Amino acid sequence: MSSAVAPRGWTKFGLHLNGWLVYLFFYAPIILLVVFSFSASRNVGTWGGWTFEWYGEFADSQNARNALSASLKIAIVSTAVSVVLGTMAALSLERFTFRGKQVFDGLLYLPIIIPDVTMAVMMLLFFAEFFDVLDFLFGIETRKGFNSIVASHIAFSISFVSVVVRARLAGMDTKLEEAALDLYATRWKAFRYVTFPQIMPGIAGGALLAMTLSLDDVVITQFVAGPGWTTLPVYVFGLIRRGVTPLINAISVVMLVGSMTLVVLSIVVERARGGSRSE
Amino acid sequence: MTVAEAPVDREVDALEATPEFEAAAERQESRRGFLMALPAYAYLVLFFAVPLVIVVVYSFATRNRFGGTDLSGWNLDSYAKLGEPIVRDILFRSVWLALITTVICLVIAYPFAYFLATRSPAIRNVMLVFVMIPFWTNFLVRNYAWRVILGNDGPLTRTTEAIGLGEQELLFSQTAVVLGLVYGFLPFMILPLYAAIERIDHGLLEASRDLYANGYQSFRRVLLPLSMPGVIAGSILVFVPSLGAYVTPEILGGAKTTLLGSYIVTQFLTARNWPLGASLSFVLMAIMLVTTIIYFRKGGRTL
Amino acid sequence: MSSEEQVIAGDSQTPTAAVTITGITKRFGDVVAVDNIDLEIADGEFFAMLGPSGCGKTTTLRMIAGLDFPTEGSLKIFGDEVGTLPPNKRPVNTVFQNYALFPHLNVIDNVAFGLRMQGISRTTARAQAAELIELVQLTGLETRKPSQMSGGQQQRVALARALVNHPKVLLLDEPLGALDLKLRQEMQGELKKLQKELGISFVFVTHDQEEALTMSDRIAVMDEGKLLQVATPEEIYEHPANRFVADFIGQTNLLDGTVENNDTVCLANGARVSAASSFAAGEKVAVSLRPERARIQKRGAASDGAAVDGVVESMTYLGNARVYNIKLDWMDLEVREENRPGATLHAPGAEVTISWDATAVSVVAD
Repeated sequence: MSSAVAPRGWTKFGLHLNGWLVYLFFYAPIILLVVFSFSASRNVGTWGGWTFEWYGEFADSQNARNALSASLKIAIVSTAVSVVLGTMAALSLERFTFRGKQVFDGLLYLPIIIPDVTMAVMMLLFFAEFFDVLDFLFGIETRKGFNSIVASHIAFSISFVSVVVRARLAGMDTKLEEAALDLYATRWKAFRYVTFPQIMPGIAGGALLAMTLSLDDVVITQFVAGPGWTTLPVYVFGLIRRGVTPLINAISVVMLVGSMTLVVLSIVVERARGGSRSE
Repeated sequence: MTVAEAPVDREVDALEATPEFEAAAERQESRRGFLMALPAYAYLVLFFAVPLVIVVVYSFATRNRFGGTDLSGWNLDSYAKLGEPIVRDILFRSVWLALITTVICLVIAYPFAYFLATRSPAIRNVMLVFVMIPFWTNFLVRNYAWRVILGNDGPLTRTTEAIGLGEQELLFSQTAVVLGLVYGFLPFMILPLYAAIERIDHGLLEASRDLYANGYQSFRRVLLPLSMPGVIAGSILVFVPSLGAYVTPEILGGAKTTLLGSYIVTQFLTARNWPLGASLSFVLMAIMLVTTIIYFRKGGRTL
Repeated sequence: MSSEEQVIAGDSQTPTAAVTITGITKRFGDVVAVDNIDLEIADGEFFAMLGPSGCGKTTTLRMIAGLDFPTEGSLKIFGDEVGTLPPNKRPVNTVFQNYALFPHLNVIDNVAFGLRMQGISRTTARAQAAELIELVQLTGLETRKPSQMSGGQQQRVALARALVNHPKVLLLDEPLGALDLKLRQEMQGELKKLQKELGISFVFVTHDQEEALTMSDRIAVMDEGKLLQVATPEEIYEHPANRFVADFIGQTNLLDGTVENNDTVCLANGARVSAASSFAAGEKVAVSLRPERARIQKRGAASDGAAVDGVVESMTYLGNARVYNIKLDWMDLEVREENRPGATLHAPGAEVTISWDATAVSVVAD
């Protein structure tokens, strides 16, 4: 930007200050949380000396560990399914025309804008009816649990994955696919060797998004969870409402580290992919 | 892509082209597209569209004496309840807080987005990554962090005491909730704004200077109008989730600040008035749909 | 020919054309992009399809490649009907306008792509690719990615990628459009040389008529989906089939008039001028006078052949020539005179006579 137009004086100072304050705003609470998770005081916001006690409590807690493993299982399964369905949806919208395409496009968009409370209610009522129907038609007795949670997570993740993959598809030169066909590739080979490598970053991004959404979710999971199945966020949420304890601090930091690792991993993978690769 | 594979057996010789052949090829292509969309389509119809319909149906049902739901006999009772003072208060409060949150986010995010968009590409990338990291971390944890900070004897009140501002009991107040909402949704405002501002040709700002505008005028008459799509997108992305917020008010708000999200959840977990909860959920979704449609009508781009 | 040779030569007198297009039409909804064209491209020919944007030349090329299906008609490659075959089953390859190199593959894998798709092992494919890379003079750049190469280099990669598959016909879609002038001229010569070496037909699409004239053995001029003329560059330039072709190729002045007889045309202003044609008397035609065929002399000087009178409006100095803009009573003329020493200069405002030989013009139907 030319120096003649760049802000000067107070405006410039204000902009820079605002920038730094925003970053401070973002990171201070996180840093404080991490710091206090090592505090030996029973009182959550006070510093009482250095300790690993709360992490130990977390490691010992059967409930917490169950919740963690449940979260991971649910996240992995729902991400896998959403990525496949979402990618196919993106392909169908960007590379084909068919009857009902507009409707599909609209339907795909809804889960993105819907508030999670509404979605939670939707899924709760749905499963209430669904299980009744299953019982009535097939005599199968089911309860809410792993399946209902996974099904709900997939329902909102598909759309997010498809948006990310669609962006990659749209930005791709369609002539590349034509060139592949001109060079004797079948439709499938053209997809596998030309289209797929091009959209791979989009798929990876979509997968990361789906995973994060699943691991993060509180309300929807709370409504469709069943006995014996609770995810880490829902478990922590329950703890918080009963009263804030240092244990929660520790669990929170663990969750924090987890999600940050995911982000860093995706950035690293993105950079590595950007480097030279042959067939 | 208009290329289709010929609906002709590989072994058979190719035929001369005819309009029928072309039409058949197009139909086959269309079928392929439909099949590719089918799994996601079917899934969403079953696990999204149907649940949505069920919610609407339930909103017309009645709450029977024991807290169960009676689906026979449709009525508008639960919608009538929306007019009651309690509900109206909650609705207004929720909308009000969501609006305040949106405005605060806008005020903070706009200069930040502008600052970001005018850095050199290398610095920009680094800065963006550092904005994205909190965005990706667990939402619950980020709210909880404020619970810790704002609590009695927490860092905030200690600091304010130390500098002589006295005890601050911010927890369990509307302020705390707004704080939490702004904290949670600020990235949603920054990113679309950044995208919109970055797209603007800065030559335009130079042109406005050439035409005797000062900084403020350039902002108001060139920068702001051109970045409006970003402003609207960001506002929707902040307003809508804030309106339906549940986790933040639960953790940072208190009994005094019941918001729409919490109220809906209560209908299902404690008050056991499912029809009312359904109708409220539906209202929430309707507000959201309307806002989004208005956005797209105004020529908004895909978020 | 001895009887032996006759047997060997087979029963066909003429060699099969590389591409035979019969009655090909392409409709996109209501729009007719290609309107019932017939075309034959000989083996070993450097063939250009020329015309303004939207004339249907690219659509035709795509139909030969298989990227679009014709709505009607027959398309044969060396006698085999291929009109309805997908592109991966045709023995032709395409060099795309913006090269369409695969960004995630390096040069050698890009070039080897077609071979790999046909099932050839990686080592063999890469070896063959290396040969082609040498042919296009890009040895040493095998491991580069397309984004790390200049436009000219990318184009050679695109060429190599297509040619390594030994296509029977090579299709090029505005291959030189994205290059700057000097590079373009260089590549024109190289493409010509390459084609002679390989001996296969090159079919290329362009909107640059100078390029078409320079490189091709024959040109097909198209407009609005219709084929207007197919002939050698010389034929097209000297004897354009109609008004559009005359105007599109090179510069020309079009003087409207009616035919009087085989040697004379009566111009719009009434003047009778010599112009050779085979049209019937009374037909409405235009006399196509190329600026360089017109002679400019001071008014009143003895003139041989056809002539009209006018006034010089302006003169543009081009270095190697001068271009005069002449105002006639009813239209403007452009006259180009080579900058030879001793040539008379005509200043703006001068009264002049423009003349030409009867055989130096062509008469075209409207």
